[in-house]
Amino acid sequence: MTVASTRPHIPDRLENPWRMALFSWETLLIVVAVAIFIANSLASPYFLNVWSLSDLTFNFTEKGLIALAMALLIVAGEIDLSVAAIIALSSTMMGMAVQAGADTPVLVLIAIGTGLACGIFNGALVTRLGLPSIVVTIGTMSLFRGISYIILGDQAYKGYPAGFAFFGQGYVWWVISFELVLFIVAAFVFGVLLHRTSFGRTIYAIGNNPVAATFSGVPVERVKFILFCLTGLMSGIASICLTSRLASTRPSIAFGWELEVVTMVVLGGVSILGGAGSIPGVVLAAIIMGLVTFGLGLLNVPGIVMSIFTGLLLITVIALPILWNRLRQKGA
Amino acid sequence: MLQHARHGPVEKSPARAHEPVLALSGVSKSFPGVRALSKVSLELYPGEVTALVGENGAGKSTLVKILTGIYQPDEGTIFLGGKEVSFSSAYDAHRAGITAIHQETVLFDELSVAENIFLGHAPRGRFGLIDRKRMVAEAAAVLKRIGADIDPQARLRDLGIASKHLVAIARAFSIEAGIVIMDEPTAALSQKEIEELFALIGRLKADGKAILFISHKFDEVFRIADRYAVFRDGESVGAGLISETDHDALVRLMVGRPVDQIFPKKKVEIGEPVLTVSGYCHPTEFEDISFELRRGEILGFYGLVGSGRSELMQALFGVTKPSKGAVKIDGKVAIIRSPEQAIRYGMVYVPEERGRQGAIAGLPIFQNITLPALKRTSRYGFLRLAEEFRLARQYAERLDLRAASLDRDVGTLSGGNQQKVVIAKWLATIPRVIILDEPTKGIDIGSKAAVHEFMSELVAQGLSIIMVSSEIPEILGMSDRIIVMREGRIAAEFAREEADAEKLVRTAAGIGGAA
Ligand SMILES: Nc1ncnc2c1ncn2[C@@H]1O[C@H](COP(=O)(O)OP(=O)(O)OP(=O)(O)O)[C@@H](O)[C@H]1O
Ligand SMILES: [Mg+2]
Repeated sequence: MTVASTRPHIPDRLENPWRMALFSWETLLIVVAVAIFIANSLASPYFLNVWSLSDLTFNFTEKGLIALAMALLIVAGEIDLSVAAIIALSSTMMGMAVQAGADTPVLVLIAIGTGLACGIFNGALVTRLGLPSIVVTIGTMSLFRGISYIILGDQAYKGYPAGFAFFGQGYVWWVISFELVLFIVAAFVFGVLLHRTSFGRTIYAIGNNPVAATFSGVPVERVKFILFCLTGLMSGIASICLTSRLASTRPSIAFGWELEVVTMVVLGGVSILGGAGSIPGVVLAAIIMGLVTFGLGLLNVPGIVMSIFTGLLLITVIALPILWNRLRQKGA
Repeated sequence: MLQHARHGPVEKSPARAHEPVLALSGVSKSFPGVRALSKVSLELYPGEVTALVGENGAGKSTLVKILTGIYQPDEGTIFLGGKEVSFSSAYDAHRAGITAIHQETVLFDELSVAENIFLGHAPRGRFGLIDRKRMVAEAAAVLKRIGADIDPQARLRDLGIASKHLVAIARAFSIEAGIVIMDEPTAALSQKEIEELFALIGRLKADGKAILFISHKFDEVFRIADRYAVFRDGESVGAGLISETDHDALVRLMVGRPVDQIFPKKKVEIGEPVLTVSGYCHPTEFEDISFELRRGEILGFYGLVGSGRSELMQALFGVTKPSKGAVKIDGKVAIIRSPEQAIRYGMVYVPEERGRQGAIAGLPIFQNITLPALKRTSRYGFLRLAEEFRLARQYAERLDLRAASLDRDVGTLSGGNQQKVVIAKWLATIPRVIILDEPTKGIDIGSKAAVHEFMSELVAQGLSIIMVSSEIPEILGMSDRIIVMREGRIAAEFAREEADAEKLVRTAAGIGGAA
């Protein structure tokens, strides 16, 4: 055939992957993290100390656990704003079980079960009824926390068993806390899931173009359902860590965390519109958020300023890529 | 109408030496890693149609986007009516009297047809508010002018792709413009709509408008163009009067070598039935469809826009739900409720709407191609990139894809090359029954031959193909049997030998006498 004779060979890639990595968002995050680290150590003489650094990790591990699952959900083009409320509900359930005399293993099962149940509920509403996830999870956010308020009122559950303290206060080795190890393991698992499995690939496809993904044989609704379950599950696990660390449950526990988690995910380079993002980015973003809160804490900055900071950060990281693209298009 | 225009005073004008209304010279445009246009020039004359031809990726659509202010050129000048101009936005070009039908139309699904047509230039009433009544009336008038039977108040999302395309055409014509650009306006339109469009082009010529017409269909080019311009690899390689060139010369300019235009279909032994559809119904789209597809067969589906062909195929593929009827694969009843299940049965559908249903613009080429075949390229659910690149390359090269590398995002490819990725995607699952919906839409003639050759080879291996196409030469050239649909029903069936263009068109339109 005449046509066949000049068919060109198409290479896999042209750019060197290392070079591409050098100019990625993750590289920028590393630079920012190092800069904040240096700033912190200059600002406070107490910062450069293994125990300070160990304490610092508690600022992001619990939120980070949820951010890992949330990242997958946002890449798929959905969102879950009820995560903090799931923490409250799971914690309340554990508190009730403690009153009934339950021991640590039972508490863990209850938290995981509650988290998973909440995830299933969110997932079913979104995928079965076809409702937008932002609306559904704003609703369930009030619902789940509302249940906690009804059960607890202005009371608090205390008296968690001694063994339960390990999850939020225990150390695996020297200054390495259980929470940190859990976060590292979870980050590895979610990283592999998103970047190395065909399940992860379908998440990107769904976030980019759900119609084309359906035509390609991707079970779009099932994948989304699983992601809601995973997010619920991780919220339940985060609830165990947080409840154990505080050794008490109040209905206001983890109040406002959903925004911090979303900020973490978006700062990590996950597109709020779905379809793009990476787990290493989210891990770096978690570390940066931890460094910043800790640094501001060392400087005795009040909590309200921190939440203003989170709000500004969220707006900036959402606006930045959009503005950047607009600039690039003008220039091109 | 067209005939009329040809005999009118306009016909003589090419002979007269007159001034171009629009002239480009030395225009270049680069994207990261690709030089899409390199010092091209082009002239458009009032009352004349200039056809721009070139292979997929030659830079035609890039030029259209420069002329409409969507992209800014890196260098070069544009003269409009003798004066140098530069467009910094689409609005500038619009005000200068340039309107365009783009290859990938951008319309809004949630808006009505009328709103889509007049978005940004709606008729205004008192206090500068949009005059809805006038807008709907004017939309109806434009739709009528292009011969489209579409309700201006319908929501766009409820229309099929071809009707959406007609809305995009109506939008271009709702703007009073001296220069009209059409980037593959006839892709996926059937003969009837094409005739309407050509009649309209005739009227525009008579009004003295300058028209740029981009198409991969040479019969159209020779029928309506007065002049031609050829791009190859982003460079102008020739221009002149259509009357002074011929088909072969144009192809040689375009490809740089001679090409067999249509791949001759090989004869293949036709075997037992593979897919049997009986009494298949849908509440709104089609009625009582029964047919059989045999092993090694290519079954063509012809019909007008809106005849229900794509809707039928999407129901077979499990995208939409039929209300009645049975599907058998290999004589066994197959219950298909999702594309996932269809693919498991070995049946795939290569969709018609490449931007929405086919390509995932934000993912690289290789990930697009392997998406439906991930089960094959992965092991225990883990990705194997080397395997993915291998599979993607195999199909990309087979289909004559032109891309810098396989990790480029599909969104950066030219329209025709995106279409090749879309075909490759579903073929890579190694199906047994392939449903192709307008498979060569937007594909240049050289690559079209490659696609047809590939189809021939697949049926020779014992696969079966259903091909929905509005292109008569393609349907006649490739099909063993042709089913014509009209208004959701099967109107007639022709064996390869008894079919001809006239019969197909008449049956599809429901004009008596045929069949
Ligand atoms: N936004 C973009 N980013 C990167 N590359 C691009 C972009 N748009 C076009 N290109 C590249 O520019 C070249 C010309 O593309 P263009 O769309 O103009 O081709 P075309 O002649 O219209 O082809 P077709 O017949 O397939 O429509 C191609 O190599 C394409 O990959
Ligand atoms: Mg094009």
